[in-house]
This record gives sequence, structure tokens and C-alpha cells, in this order.
Amino acid sequence: MKAAVVVFPGSNCDRDLAVAFEQAGFDVSMVWHKDSALPEGVDIVGVPGGFSYGDYLRCGAIAAQSPICKAVVAHADRGGYAIGVCNGFQILTETGVLPGALLRNAGLKYICRTVNLKVATSESVFTQGYNSGDVIGVPIAHHDGNYFADAETIKALQDQDRVAFTYEENPNGSVADIAGILSENRRVLGMMPHPERAADEGHGGTDGAAVFRALAGMVTAA
Amino acid sequence: MKARVHVMLKNGVLDPQGEAVRHALGALGFDKVEGVRQGKVIDLDLAEGATEADVTAMCEKLLANTVIESYSIEMA
Repeated sequence: MKAAVVVFPGSNCDRDLAVAFEQAGFDVSMVWHKDSALPEGVDIVGVPGGFSYGDYLRCGAIAAQSPICKAVVAHADRGGYAIGVCNGFQILTETGVLPGALLRNAGLKYICRTVNLKVATSESVFTQGYNSGDVIGVPIAHHDGNYFADAETIKALQDQDRVAFTYEENPNGSVADIAGILSENRRVLGMMPHPERAADEGHGGTDGAAVFRALAGMVTAA
Repeated sequence: MKARVHVMLKNGVLDPQGEAVRHALGALGFDKVEGVRQGKVIDLDLAEGATEADVTAMCEKLLANTVIESYSIEMA
């Protein structure tokens, strides 16, 4: 099982994401933003949190145009697996791989704390380690995590069971309390909370580890 | 040749920064402000021959996120 974690200038959760993949049994390679191809045989791509390119213009907007992102989009387009966390979620929406956008938090403040998430569906490789309705504690750390999409898109996400996680107490104004969503083929997950920061006893909680454990053995190269 | 691009959040998209500015103006005693929307202005220096269609393509691809933002272009 091979995972690749993309590294942008300003990424700061890349190593955390790599460790979470490693602990679940993946061979992990780090991929630089100027690379134009993913390593051969990669089963899943991780797009990490941070402040890629200083969040200039819009969060994730410049990263979405980088050479490696073109390879990530091509990987997703041919049915490859990917997970984008925090800034990675913002980047995946900017590329169009996932619908919607992340706006400034409704309360305008950067929020860094552990929040309770409800697992909205267990029907994906990412969430099959949970039961639908489970409540898990996962840290958030963002200024622009206010998920927005038009009413039609939200309805489609809900009708197709593509909302992966919702906030128990909405911290940022996200429409329909949405914390994470799945692509139409359910092989790409974007979420603002950081499961990789709740994946080891040393983190003070391991509720996020099931995401990575569930991936192990389930994903295959596309 | 220059172009100026205005990028604004679409109507119906919450603008928390605009709201904060409106509250701050109210706190300063400017009580006739009923709404504030905050956006971006991007000035482009363009080579001769660049057209408004070029700038439109730039807006669609990068300068604006049309999921949440609208844009207008002034060529000068």
C-alpha cells in the first residue's frame, strides 16, 4: 500500500499526515509541489493542512494551479483515492475535485480546539471504521472553514449520502453543519477537522485513527 | 495597457468581514450604514494586444472562485 503526501510551501501538517498513514501500514512518499507526477503505483494521495503559498488570493487557490495538483486531479479523475484535510480540503474544492468552497469563519476568528463530529455516513472507505451516528472528538485549526455551496449542491450531497462528517456544535457557520464531504464516486474525502491529529495516544485522543486504519487494505491504485 | 478586476462575494453568500466592518462602523456612531460587502481589487499590467477575453479567462481560472465570487473587469 502506497500513499503520497503532497508538500506545498507553507504546508504544516504534511508530516503528521505521513505519520498517520505510516502507522496504518502505508509506505509513504512525500511529493513536492513542483513535481508534475505522482510516484508510480500510488494508492492514495494526501493533501495536507497548512497555509499553502501563504493562502494568497484565496486559501488553496494558488496550490490548486501547481504542477502536482494537476497530477492529483488526474489521479482523482481516473478513480484514484485522495484525502484532503483542512487546507487540503480547500485546495480540493479550488481544483473542482470536490464541490463548494470554504469561506472565512462566521465568527471571524481562527479556531483551534477539539470539536465533536458526527459520522454522517459509514459508507465510504474513509468512514467504514465508524458507525453512522458515532460522535468522535477531532481537532480543528482553521480561519476559513465555513463550508458553503448553493442549495442545489447541498441537496445533492445530502441525497447522495456524501456528507461524511457534521459538527455537533457548528463552530464556523458551515452550511448544514458540514465538516467533511465525499466526491461523487466516494473515493475523495475533504474535511476541515484533522483526523491525523487524533491518531496517536500522544495526541490526547485517537478518534481519528479509524480513518487511516479503514483505508489500509481497502484502497487500490488507479 | 491595464485592467482592473473587482472580485466580490456573490449576493447570498455571507460576508463575515463585511458584517464585522458594519458593526465597527455602527460602534463608531455611523448609524446610517445598512450593509457592508468587502471585496478585492486586482490591477493587472498587460502587454499590448491583451483583450478583455484574456482577463475574463484569468478570472474564471484563478482570480475569482465563481462558486462564491462574482467579478467585473474594467479595461483602461
